[in-house]
Amino acid sequence: MSIRIEGVSKSFGPKVVLDGFTLDVRDRETMVVIGHSGSGKSVLLKLIVRLLEPDAGTIVVNGRRVGELTRDELVELRRDVGFVFQFAALFDSMTVAENVAMGLRRIREMTADAIEERVREALTLVGLSEYGSRYPAELSGGQRKRAGLARAIATHPKYLLYDEPTTGLDPVTTAVINRLILKMRDELGVTSIVVTHDLQSAYYIGDRIAMLYQGKVRFVGTPAEIQAVDDPVVRAFIEGRPELAEEVA
Amino acid sequence: MHGWSAPLAWVGRSAMDLAAAFGRFGKFAAAATRAAGDVATWGRLVAVQMARIGVDSLPLALFIAAFTGIVMALQASYTFTGAIPLYFVGTLVGKTMILELGPVLTGLALAGRVGANIAAEIGTMKVTEQIDALETLAYNPMSYLVVPRLIAGIIMFPIVVAFADAMGIVAGWITAINLLDLSTPEFVRGLRLFFAPFDVRYSLVKAASFGLAVTAVGCFFGFSTRGGAEGVGQATTRAVVVGSMLILVLDAFWAVALL
Repeated sequence: MSIRIEGVSKSFGPKVVLDGFTLDVRDRETMVVIGHSGSGKSVLLKLIVRLLEPDAGTIVVNGRRVGELTRDELVELRRDVGFVFQFAALFDSMTVAENVAMGLRRIREMTADAIEERVREALTLVGLSEYGSRYPAELSGGQRKRAGLARAIATHPKYLLYDEPTTGLDPVTTAVINRLILKMRDELGVTSIVVTHDLQSAYYIGDRIAMLYQGKVRFVGTPAEIQAVDDPVVRAFIEGRPELAEEVA
Repeated sequence: MHGWSAPLAWVGRSAMDLAAAFGRFGKFAAAATRAAGDVATWGRLVAVQMARIGVDSLPLALFIAAFTGIVMALQASYTFTGAIPLYFVGTLVGKTMILELGPVLTGLALAGRVGANIAAEIGTMKVTEQIDALETLAYNPMSYLVVPRLIAGIIMFPIVVAFADAMGIVAGWITAINLLDLSTPEFVRGLRLFFAPFDVRYSLVKAASFGLAVTAVGCFFGFSTRGGAEGVGQATTRAVVVGSMLILVLDAFWAVALL
């Protein structure tokens, strides 16, 4: 259940976002990807489930090349992947429970009772068991993110892709989300990629951390390794001291 | 660049943009056609869209048709006075309502109401990543969002137009017997004089094509939305303008093809 990204490039018009990006995510590992705003972290996640097509390079998920999958095979792959969007991307015409049930309705074997049970389980796991009948507009930002997480985990995916799961949340909600991410790995054995700016979260949840810089991986290593690294570009980012990187430039 | 070449460059760019838009619409239409096979996804959503596109549009269509019928009866009477027998008011109201004004005025009103609604809804879903979310949950957005709306449009536009045709005629009849010197038998005589069942088929075929055009254009511009609220606004405006233009083009096409 690994994810291998090999030499992936992606541009939007003249702007090169990824430029030969290569990264290996091991089975049951939580890989955190950090980097400056607009550096292509979210694009990377969308490339993995083929919401976007790369200009070059290959992405291999569990031995299958994503770019070569037929529409049906892609649908099958997406059933194994839970995607937590930065702004939750909840369907605003549906209640929270209906949102969570959406992915489950695609599983033919699931009865209405089984879906209801799984929705209850997912909402309980994220602490929203009382909020199933509410609409997204009636939730706070943190609740919306947790509802998005419930929707992603309800299908018991093998992979979870988190796009800024804690950005803009208060410290308590951030801690709740971080614990949930760890719980997914420890209890369900999920392989995860977490894109974030939040370094405290990255150190807490990451088995390894990769830094994306100018379209490539600048550094990859454990949280302890990244905190000890000498590379001024990495240090500038993790210490919030741009002058370190400017000295190199 | 020389001053004289700027307009030429503008024409060239506009032609290229138009060709690219046709290309994108072709791809969109092909994807929607492929998605029509995914009945398991769109089958249960059609009824909801039929209610939103058709039933909810009825009051507006009936309102327009009623006033059109009234005005037509009065204008016909004004035109015919002294020259043509007055029972021809029934002929003119019936023929014009069924052949032209019923389908076209209803189509234009629904291009605003339905086309704008579809483009705004899908456009908002696009910019808030809800369409990406659908994809990650293993749904084909074409099957889930586009096909039910197209089918509902094709089915419900003719139904709404049929009601509008009837309402226009009834309004014309009520006007004729109350405000003109015309009895019900005379109005009905005029109504039946040149009536052909083909007229109704012609009206409904036109309406079905308008339904397809308005919903397809709404969905296309919704899916093409970029940016935020401004992008949604632009998509909505384009859907209404292009939908209305397509109705007039299709109106002319059916006149050439079937009359």
